[in-house]
Amino acid sequence: MSDATIPGEPMIAVSALRKSFGQNVVLHDVSLDVPQGGVTALIGPSGSGKSTLLRCINLLERPDGGSLRVDRTVLDFDRVGRKSALPARALAEIRAEAGMVFQSFNLFPHMSVIENVASGPIYVRRIPRATAMERARALLDRVGLAHRADASPAMLSGGQKQRVAIARALAMDPRIMLFDEATSALDPALVGEVLSIMRTLADDGMTMIVVTHEMAFARDVADEVVFMADGYVVERGAARQVIEAPNEARTKEFLRHFHLGASA
Amino acid sequence: MHYHWDFAQIWHYAPLFRTGIEYTLGFTLVSMLCGMALGLVLALARRTGFRPLTLPLGLFAEIFRCTPALVQLVWFYYALPVLLGISLSPATAALMALSIYGGVFYAEIFLSGLANIEPGQWDAGRALGMTPAVLMLRIILPQALRRMRGPLVSQGVLQLKNTSLVSVVTVPDLVYQGQLVASATYRPLEVYSTIAVIYFCLLFPLTQAARLLDRGVA
Ligand SMILES: Nc1ncnc2c1ncn2[C@@H]1O[C@H](COP(=O)(O)OP(=O)(O)O)[C@@H](O)[C@H]1O
Ligand SMILES: [Mg+2]
Repeated sequence: MSDATIPGEPMIAVSALRKSFGQNVVLHDVSLDVPQGGVTALIGPSGSGKSTLLRCINLLERPDGGSLRVDRTVLDFDRVGRKSALPARALAEIRAEAGMVFQSFNLFPHMSVIENVASGPIYVRRIPRATAMERARALLDRVGLAHRADASPAMLSGGQKQRVAIARALAMDPRIMLFDEATSALDPALVGEVLSIMRTLADDGMTMIVVTHEMAFARDVADEVVFMADGYVVERGAARQVIEAPNEARTKEFLRHFHLGASA
Repeated sequence: MHYHWDFAQIWHYAPLFRTGIEYTLGFTLVSMLCGMALGLVLALARRTGFRPLTLPLGLFAEIFRCTPALVQLVWFYYALPVLLGISLSPATAALMALSIYGGVFYAEIFLSGLANIEPGQWDAGRALGMTPAVLMLRIILPQALRRMRGPLVSQGVLQLKNTSLVSVVTVPDLVYQGQLVASATYRPLEVYSTIAVIYFCLLFPLTQAARLLDRGVA
């Protein structure tokens, strides 16, 4: 895997990224680096801009300024005029390299579970259907859902849906994975099965940014924790240090609301 | 009330009714297809939010939504050729009017169908790297069409009934043929009763099938 990366450079480099919705400035010059194989947990109160940052990284939202690099693909939003279209090639490359998992799963309800997983390879990579389905089955096996391959997503539990969504993202062979509160919509009893898959991915060396309210998971699985509030990065550091002994008052205040148990 | 109903004479004109049915169904089908194609283009254009495009198209749509189909039909047949210095056959004028009239309503149906798809579906497709065309074709439209089936059937029913208007520009649809038979037989009551029954027989199975389909999937 390391052959395609730039030696010594982080896998994800976000630099002075700015984003507003109308008058509302949501990201103020946010910078963030994740080394290859690194796991960064992004924490912070609701409305602090965590989702917007993730969405900017795979260009579901268009940043207003700053620059972004994912693996070898660089986009400088100060140079691309605000009105002109982003270079299609860079956009496609970044989207293909970044897998994203949403809080609300967003499975395609008109396709079976296995068709969901194979949809990217078939419709984006134009891989022959039979090959794509075979690979999709292997991925479903990896998330423990091979036996549900032909079910409709509507028949699955929330935890199963999210595992399918992870398999769907992995089917594109992404170099990074972005998780946006992947377990927040789940019954507490189903959180563990999703976290354990995320932990396995991290152990296998996937580069990940994980927006989460599971502080034990952030502490135990992430390398670095970044605390955001009101569109600013307030504090960042080694996971255990930020979660257990934060420096900033706002971080302390925020973390007071969480009881740390054992992670999944 | 001593009217003596006599349908026997009408039977002799069965071939005329047959032609009428063919024209009615043909005009319905073609104007539906053209209307849906136009409606899809209108809807997608309006979704771009690009004002130089959406403003004129919005105005265009409102003009056709807020004037009667009969007036449009007559206008296309008599006024448009004068304006453009061309000649239009009755059938062409009628098809254009019916297609556009239907098209602006199809556009509304498509727009609300698309608006009903959760934003997360777009996000998921785009995050996988789908191009806008693939995303629309493989993810959004299949879901939207399923939800639009009810309104589309209603519009199809209206579309079929609206074809009766083409008789005013001498297109030989069911109503026009009926007028011929009525003037030949002096039996307008029987003729129009027959026509009403034929329309009903064409449309009733359609609305029932749609209802069954809806129940099957819902
Ligand atoms: N599409 C949007 N349009 C307008 N405002 C938005 C949009 N998405 C997010 N926001 C605003 O941006 C701010 C940050 O939101 P978000 O990134 O979702 O925060 P978080 O994920 O940390 O809860 C909020 O004030 C939210 O209202
Ligand atoms: Mg969020």
